[in-house]
Formats: sequence, structure tokens, C-alpha cells
Amino acid sequence: MSDGTLYDKVWEKHKVTELPNGQDQLFVGLHLVHEVTSPQAFGMLEERDLDVAFPDRTFATTDHVVPTEADKRQRPFPDREAEEMLSALERNTADSGITFFGFDSGKQGITHVVAPELGLSQPGMTVACGDSHTATHGAFGSIGIGIGTSQIRDVLATGCIAADKQKVRRINVEGTLGEGVYAKDVILKIIQDLGVDGGVGHVYEYGGSAIDALDMEGRLAVCNMSIEGGARAGYINPDETTYEYLRGREYVPEGEAFEERKAYWESIASDAGAEYDDVVTIDADGIDPLVTWGINPGQVIEIGDAVPSPADFDARTDREAAERALKHMDIEPGQSMLGYDVDVAFLGTCTNGRVSDFEAAARVLEGNTIDGDVRALAVPGSETVRAECERRGIDETFINAGFQWRRAGCSMCLAMNDDALEGDEVCASSSNRNFVGRQGSKDGRTVLMNPAMVAAAAIEGAVTDAREYLDDDPTGSAGGVGDGEVAD
Amino acid sequence: MADEQHITEVSGTGVPIPGDDIDTDQILPARFMKEVTFDNMADYLFYDARRDDDGERNEHPLNRFEGASIAVVNSNFGCGSSREHAPQAMMRWGVDGVVGESYAEIFRDNCKSIGIPAVTTDHETVTELQAWIEDNPDGDVEIDVEGETVSYGGRTIDVDITDAMQEALVEGIWDTTTLMYSNMSKVETTAASLPYVENA
Ligand code: SF4
Repeated sequence: MSDGTLYDKVWEKHKVTELPNGQDQLFVGLHLVHEVTSPQAFGMLEERDLDVAFPDRTFATTDHVVPTEADKRQRPFPDREAEEMLSALERNTADSGITFFGFDSGKQGITHVVAPELGLSQPGMTVACGDSHTATHGAFGSIGIGIGTSQIRDVLATGCIAADKQKVRRINVEGTLGEGVYAKDVILKIIQDLGVDGGVGHVYEYGGSAIDALDMEGRLAVCNMSIEGGARAGYINPDETTYEYLRGREYVPEGEAFEERKAYWESIASDAGAEYDDVVTIDADGIDPLVTWGINPGQVIEIGDAVPSPADFDARTDREAAERALKHMDIEPGQSMLGYDVDVAFLGTCTNGRVSDFEAAARVLEGNTIDGDVRALAVPGSETVRAECERRGIDETFINAGFQWRRAGCSMCLAMNDDALEGDEVCASSSNRNFVGRQGSKDGRTVLMNPAMVAAAAIEGAVTDAREYLDDDPTGSAGGVGDGEVAD
Repeated sequence: MADEQHITEVSGTGVPIPGDDIDTDQILPARFMKEVTFDNMADYLFYDARRDDDGERNEHPLNRFEGASIAVVNSNFGCGSSREHAPQAMMRWGVDGVVGESYAEIFRDNCKSIGIPAVTTDHETVTELQAWIEDNPDGDVEIDVEGETVSYGGRTIDVDITDAMQEALVEGIWDTTTLMYSNMSKVETTAASLPYVENA
């Protein structure tokens, strides 16, 4: 059993009591709410005549169903169902005294982008959201837990969830990332090595030299995809990078109060002698950018490698999964993903929809135009991200290259709005899931990759090693890459 | 009241839903989540998988085993998104219990939250049961939550269920809101002890 880890400490601090069913009742320090999974929960609350217990610890925004085309964001939306969902959220949050970041606030966006950039997500918190990518907030050294609608009802009514404590696996990612290799590649590498269900029963604590070197936006991308590795939560111990990122953000205390808060943050980091249930080491030295070749995020290869054959896998389930994947993606074992035709390029999401992601892609796009047959969408993760990109002129690079520059939302990550794949289109995507049907068409094909690779795929109309575009970078803007702090 | 419902056993005819890593995007495609209640979710269950290219119902087991109560699935069932829409759709379609090789954790939690026992056993046992249901579409499958067994066709097999789920269902305490609401004074104390919670 783990002992002395951040997970143990945060759990202990938030444990209210043990429940008769053997689970722990855990206080949720930050509850994030969006329009898709919450209306049913608010409805259940109303049925029972219960109030929201901690409205001050609850924050809402809208992301999944909102249109991302500027002229479609007039209310009421033409899409009646989307309008109904957003109206319900506005009503529910207003009635309960919950802060709602709507369009007018200028802060609307994907919950997992908005909460970090406003300084809502902080070390030593428990964070819950009716969304499986709540692990994202673990980048700050918090415990982010994705929950279902009945559990949202629990949190609204009691400020708590009933939870089972998990084992803790420490993942040491050692080495130095090469030029053009990003946090996204690190987490894809981890999932390649440990599998999509490798994390079941565990939370992941990421550390090691390659993780330490990442900025906060990179760390958010890594923790974001913990769930794709089967782990319910993933986190990184807070350090100076974390504290400096938080300083000055809207919901972070200032002056002396900051120092006091920081003392708490430091106190919850894993002890030097902490005990883990499991420790693994991943070699990140010299890895190449990774791309998926299949229909789950574990079906992934470094860009130079060949698509594997089902026979390469030991487990029966993996062999069968590989067969289904090859058929869906219409590729052969031994083939390279380089040159795989791409119809759509999608840049955004809670994995890679932050300023540094757009910077990395812009660096590739600078001075280039996208392939005439490619439909390319750049969808900032939040309106704050959009404003910052526009302030820096990054949007111009996208527009000049032929990308559509959109407003914030989940967009084609799961296609609950108008942004969807059609037929068997192939999408080069900076999102986190390549499941069949995920991007809105049951025959659609998703190739997951880092943002620079999405840009390169858009230019070539095919999967491409984006590093080819970095060698002769005419703008010399390399300084921007990897240094993803939102300026202010 | 929901919180008094003890679930010690569930039974009925079975429906095999074969395949590993069946994610919630397949169980309940995201485009059908744009409703503010769960009421119509049964209509959307496995929507794409149940239809052929011209939108006609195909030979998917859910089309062939209408009226079934026990779903039998393979490994890592319900992975992907946390949407409770997935088990809600299954429940509203008629599923009262699930037998499988393994589940994604959020999916299993969601099942517990709505009172659906999800039990596990090994690959061979699951595939045998799936084959038996194919041959015996009218045969009864019973999950004994308390005794941790599944019975069908005169056979009884041992299965596993997590302690938390078993306790919750058998004791009728799977409604965690009611359970936790009784501890509100302790919750206030915990909240007040946290340096980042103001005016708690
Ligand atoms: S961007 Fe995608 S993964 Fe992230 S919250 Fe939205 S739908 Fe979920």
C-alpha cells in the first residue's frame, strides 16, 4: 500500500468518513460543471428538494455542445437541443448561486482549460467533474476525478463523492525530449508501453526528468490522458513551475496569502521516501513523435515505425483489437503511417487546445498553406486562449495558412455540435480519443498526434513528420515553443 | 424511496454483447446526449452498431434479444467517457445486471450508482455463457449478488463483485446521496479544515 504520496495526503485531508459500504466519503474541493452531464443531476436534486451544498466551490462553463463558428453563437442557437442544454445550465447555475463562465464573460471554454488558466485548479485539491478528463487538473498536484451524473448529484447535494482509494503507480519518465517532440508524445509513449488498461485500479504519479522539464501546459496534456491509460487519475507533484504558473491568476490569493497557500501546496507533495504500489520507468530519451494507427489510444507508434501485425501482440484481446483496428483504418501491417491520407485537420481540445499548442502548430504553418483538399479547424480551448493567440497574432498564421479560426469549445473532439467528420474521412487530430464514431461519423478515422504534427498533416494532406518543417523555420520563432505560459 | 431498495439477485433472459474494449461512444454515441433527461436513452443504445448502412436494424444482439435483462460482455467494457448515459441507456432498455470479464472503473461506478450489479468472471466462462444464451434465448440467467454466483441452464458459476458494490446493493445503500447527506456536519468540519476553502 502506498504511503506518504501526494495521493495519500490529499485523500487523508479530504476524507470525511468511511461509509457503511466500505467506501470513503471524500470532500470535493472544486466541482466543475458543464452542460451535458449536469442537467439530469440538477433534476434529481430538485426531485429530492435538495440545495447545492457548496455553490462557492462549484464553477460552470459550457463546452461540449456550443457552436464554434462565431456567427452561430447568437442565442437562441438554431440547434434547439443545444439551446435547451445551455439554457438549462444557465438556469440551474443562476438558481443555485454557482459562478457560470458563459459567452459574455469572455472566459468560456472547455472546463479543463478554463479552470487551470483562472487559477481555480490548485495543488492539494480534490477536483471532480462529470467528465472523464478531470485527471487533467492533476498537473497541479491535485486529485482530479471524473464522475457520472449520479455522482454529480452527490457532489451538488453533499460536496462529496463516495470513492475507493486506488493504488499509486509512480511513472518515472527519464530523458530529454528532442526538438519537435512534445508532452503529447510523452503520454502516448506511456500508453503505448503500459496499455490502455494498464492503469486500471491505479492513479498515476508522473515524475522524472522529462516531466520536471515540462511547463504547466505540457503537464496538463500528460495528466489529461491518464484516463486513456486506464488510470482514474494522474498527477504531478507541485514544484516551482507550478507555483510560478499560479502566481497572479484570478482565483489565486496574492501577497502573504499566496505564501500561506504555497506552504500548504508544498506540504502535500509526495515525500522523498514515499512508498508506491508500483514503480515503472519510461525512457523518453530520443523518442520520436507518436501517431495512432488504430482505434484506441494504445494502438500507437513512433512516426518512423511500421504498423504492427496482430501476431505481434501476446494477448488475445490485443490481437483481436488490432484486427478490428486495421480493418477500420484500412491499413496493412508493416505499412508506415507516413503518407496516410488526411482529409481533416483538427487542432484544439482539453489535451492540446492551449496557447503553447497553437504556437507549436503556428511554427509549422508559418509561410505555408494547407493542402487544398483538407478541411482544417483551429479551435481554441477557451476564449482566454483565443484572445491571447489573437493578441500574439497567432490566429493570422492559421488563417493565412487556410485554417478556420474558431471560437472555444470541444468541437470535433466528440462532435456534439456541427463540427463532425463525414463518411470515412481521416482526421489528423490533437484530441485524446480515436474510438470508432468519436468524431461524429461511424466510419470516420482518427489519427491522434501532437499539434505540430496536425499542422504538418494539414499542409501535406497526409501524415507527416512535422520536424521536417522545423529545420528551415524562416521566422526563428523557436523561442515560443514549449514555453507555454499564458503571458500576464 | 430508492435508498431502501435491496438488490440481492437479478434475473431474466440474457443478451450477449461480444467484444473487448467496447467504449461508451459505442454504447451511447455522443450525438444522442443532447437531451436534458435520460428518458429517451434506450432508443439510442448502441445506435450505430444496431443499424446497417441504410439505417435498417441489423442482426446486432440487442435487436435479436429484445426483452433481455442480463447483459453478458467481455473485457474492459464501458471504457472511455464518463457518461452515465451509457448504463442509463442499458437500464432503460431493460438491463438489470451485467456479467463480464472486466469493466472500466467509471462505468462500474456508474452502474453501482443506479443499482445495476456488474459482476466479473474469466474469459472462458463468459464466452460459454454468451454461447449458451445464443442457443437458449428464452433461458433464464440469474445473478446472485449476495452469493456471488451466476446460474443458468442448471449450472452455477462463481463470479466476483467488488465489496463496495455488493455491500451497497445488498444493504440497499447504493443511493450515495442519502448515505452521505447524513454526514453533513462532518463534511462541514472537513471543509473548514482545508486551507483553500473559505467561508465553509
Ligand atoms: S475536449 Fe474532448 S475530451 Fe476534452 S472535455 Fe471536451 S469532449 Fe471531453
